[in-house]
Amino acid sequence: MDVSMTVNGSTHANDVEPRTLLVHHLRDGLGLTGTNIGCDSSSCGACTVHMNGESVKSCTVLAVQADGQDITTIEGLADTARSDGSSTGDMDWHPMQEAFQQCHALQCGYCTPGMVMASVSFLKENPNPTEAQIREGLEGNLCRCTGYHNIVKAVESVAGGAS
Amino acid sequence: MTATIGSRMLRKEDPKLLTGEGKYIDDIHAPGELWMGMVRSTMGHATITSIDTSEAMEMPGVHAVYTGEQLQEMGLWIAPLPCAWPVTEDMVNPPHFPVAVGEAKHVGEIVAVVLADSRYGAADAAEKVIVDYDSLPAVGSIEAAVAGDVMAHSDLESNKAFHWPLIPDPEGTEKAFAEAAHTVEARFVQQRLIPAPMEPRGCMAIPSPAGGDITFYSATQVPHILKVMIAATTGIAESKIRVIAPAVGGGFGGKLNVDADAILSVTLANHLGVPVRWTESRTEAAGSSHQGRGQIQYISAAADADGKITSVKVHLDADMGAYMMLITPGVPLLGSFLYTGVYDIPNLSFTCDGYFTNMTPTDAYRGAGRPEASYAIERIMDMMAHEIGITPEEIRARNYIAGGEAFENYDAASTLVFDSGHYRPAHDRALEMAKVADLRAEQARRRDAGEAKQLGIGMCTYVEICGLAPSRALGGLNYGAGGWEHATVRMLPTGKVEVVSGSTPHGQGHETAWSQIIADKMGVDPNDVEVLHSDTAKSPLGLDTYGSRSLAVGGVAIAMAADKVIEKAKLIAAHQFEAAPEDVEFEAGSFSVAGTPSKSVHIQELGFAAFAAHDLPDGMEPNLQEQVSFDPPNFAFPFGTHVAVVEIDTGTGGVELIDYVAVDDCGTQVNPLIVEGQVHGGIVQGAAQALFEVANYDEDANITNPSFMDYLVPSAAEMPSIQLDSTVTPSTSNPLGVKGVGEAGTIGSAAAVINAICDGLSPYGVTDMEMPATPQRVWQAINNSNGGAA
Ligand code: FES
Ligand code: FES
Repeated sequence: MDVSMTVNGSTHANDVEPRTLLVHHLRDGLGLTGTNIGCDSSSCGACTVHMNGESVKSCTVLAVQADGQDITTIEGLADTARSDGSSTGDMDWHPMQEAFQQCHALQCGYCTPGMVMASVSFLKENPNPTEAQIREGLEGNLCRCTGYHNIVKAVESVAGGAS
Repeated sequence: MTATIGSRMLRKEDPKLLTGEGKYIDDIHAPGELWMGMVRSTMGHATITSIDTSEAMEMPGVHAVYTGEQLQEMGLWIAPLPCAWPVTEDMVNPPHFPVAVGEAKHVGEIVAVVLADSRYGAADAAEKVIVDYDSLPAVGSIEAAVAGDVMAHSDLESNKAFHWPLIPDPEGTEKAFAEAAHTVEARFVQQRLIPAPMEPRGCMAIPSPAGGDITFYSATQVPHILKVMIAATTGIAESKIRVIAPAVGGGFGGKLNVDADAILSVTLANHLGVPVRWTESRTEAAGSSHQGRGQIQYISAAADADGKITSVKVHLDADMGAYMMLITPGVPLLGSFLYTGVYDIPNLSFTCDGYFTNMTPTDAYRGAGRPEASYAIERIMDMMAHEIGITPEEIRARNYIAGGEAFENYDAASTLVFDSGHYRPAHDRALEMAKVADLRAEQARRRDAGEAKQLGIGMCTYVEICGLAPSRALGGLNYGAGGWEHATVRMLPTGKVEVVSGSTPHGQGHETAWSQIIADKMGVDPNDVEVLHSDTAKSPLGLDTYGSRSLAVGGVAIAMAADKVIEKAKLIAAHQFEAAPEDVEFEAGSFSVAGTPSKSVHIQELGFAAFAAHDLPDGMEPNLQEQVSFDPPNFAFPFGTHVAVVEIDTGTGGVELIDYVAVDDCGTQVNPLIVEGQVHGGIVQGAAQALFEVANYDEDANITNPSFMDYLVPSAAEMPSIQLDSTVTPSTSNPLGVKGVGEAGTIGSAAAVINAICDGLSPYGVTDMEMPATPQRVWQAINNSNGGAA
């Protein structure tokens, strides 16, 4: 089936099997391997991307369902921040990427792309969250390395900085 | 940029990982690659009566389907999958081939392999392979294995694989129990856990177009060990195998094995001349990757009238699972030396029986044997305190080695020598940070008021064994390798420093920490340091990462190699200055002659001098590079005090971990930021054992919760913020004074959480709680109690 979607600002038209998951289309079809796969039960959030600005678990979406949609993956996140002028730090990253490094909110980095994407859209919906709200808000994203402490701090620091 | 040992330097690893540029195994592809799809046993124990591959063979994109029998006939391997730790001379070790032949012995064991040209195609075809089984009675629990009515392996007469004793002083132990004023005993269950690194396992073998060489990419913690073991198992010469661990998404012990998939991809790629790959699915992992823990512990302790513990006696029944994997039988033994904890207990008696079951094999999981030991001794200390009528704090204070004061070289009853320790400061600091006095008051108030939500406060004062390991000690335990680590440090002609690491990161931040060690030693910018690792072509010698060994063995080797480079550079500097080497000083990267600081040369400039070799001292070899294989003279023994605070809903049995304090001592810290991260993550893994995680098997040895839907890895919502502090007692086992911290959190937290729950429920007469403390178990315990006091 033909699908066409905007991914990180460029349009990609491809022929995919109808059952292809969006995450496999992004990774295997478009070579955007930053989005990871950690489970087969929609439980871990490693595959989180933004569809039209909202986070979705890309293993629960078929590529054909993303037809005509606007997708942002971790590879494109810094660009979105650069274009709206919110990027920070020497690397000119999205503030959330910057905060993750500053707070040591990643170790192996496998959950990180999904965690960063989920955190960005969480703060969009809830710009001034309490610690408990951050923890609830990230419930769908699992990390096995950090114990979440520094991830929560990173999100708090971006929220604090933005408010 | 400057950084030293002790700076909170931001990690060099982060930029790639934060932008999606990190390449994990499933991100890497090779032209012409074929995907393996594994057909796995759906039975715990069964005779394989027939395998019909015809329909699978017809599927589009399928290149081949092999059954175990066919693979065995193809002669692709010369030995079964390895067990490197035959703990006794007479240990039973049934052959474990990559694919089952005739009899399947656990759910998830491979019975046939499909090769197809796509990810989806391999999965589809694997489903079309029809396997007929005749079910056999299965061993679905340790208890069933011990009872021995059913055999896990039909051709064995007992499920027992080995008996291993550590009883340094049998009479002393008996006497201590005979003369004891108080004794307590308990049975603890260390449930099976799934290591569950967020990145599933995976691998890809690529044959080179000429020469018969194989490049093997694997999501592994142990590329060097894998290379040796692949050679030994397949008969392919070591010189023809290159193993590369790309970015690896966590390990926790779960990626330190030599698994069937590795041998299959290497041998099939070699046989067919095309790249062969595999990526594990999460649910598949329950049967394709080893699990951790799986022990029943019987422990008793004796104390005199003052509450001084005089002896500890332990017996373990340990669940090996269906087969011995790389270090399966050794894991419970790693804990054997720690059953006296941080206490001055003169007698220890330890025995372990290993049993086969029809469950996924067990092997290392974060802490490997040591969290189990720490749990048992820390639970029994609380039980003894209860028996005597003193507080958990008090019984610990009465029993600390050296009375809680600083010590070095303590001879433990286990026969090990503890390098250094100073237990009381961490204890005091943790109690203070947790505000235990206030918590006790609040606990009393809630009890008096009969509130539904009760408080529980638990502590754990752990010690662990890190820096694995002195090679001689491993030899004494019949382990099939050494415990040294190798490092090379090169000052390149451009003045950049190249470090070759034999230890292999999978999230720990080696590139950052090793750069800091070099920057500290050599006075260079850490960004001028390049760390090579995880590729046996770049780093031919190494023993990899597990057992909190990277820094205490590998990092120390790097520091020692740097010292040797500095020594040689000093001779070149002295030659340039026309001075005696004794008169040359080294400070912040520069050599100068004592008394004439104006004349100086930076060590980075000497890289070119040594490379050009135009004017070196007579007889000196060109180039500035040194290597060290460091074999530690002793283990390192980090320690600490953890305090857990739980709120227990007595109506529902729900337990919430509301505060957690940890004061750890891992000796000298290279990067406190990284240390804290390791402790945070470890604490959550141990707390998850206490509260949520268990791999459940039914009596037919079927796992009932293989996916993340019902294997409960906690999220941020279930965990509290963690308060940390540390004390620093340098190790005497290495020149950096470092001890290791990768497993500390896990070793301290399970006991602290369960101690807290038992403390909270003590008015109900509850004295023990099996892990995981699910709402159902907690509710049951409350309602089984004699009336309830709250
Ligand atoms: S991979 Fe999508 S939720 Fe786990
Ligand atoms: S950083 Fe490893 S899983 Fe989150």
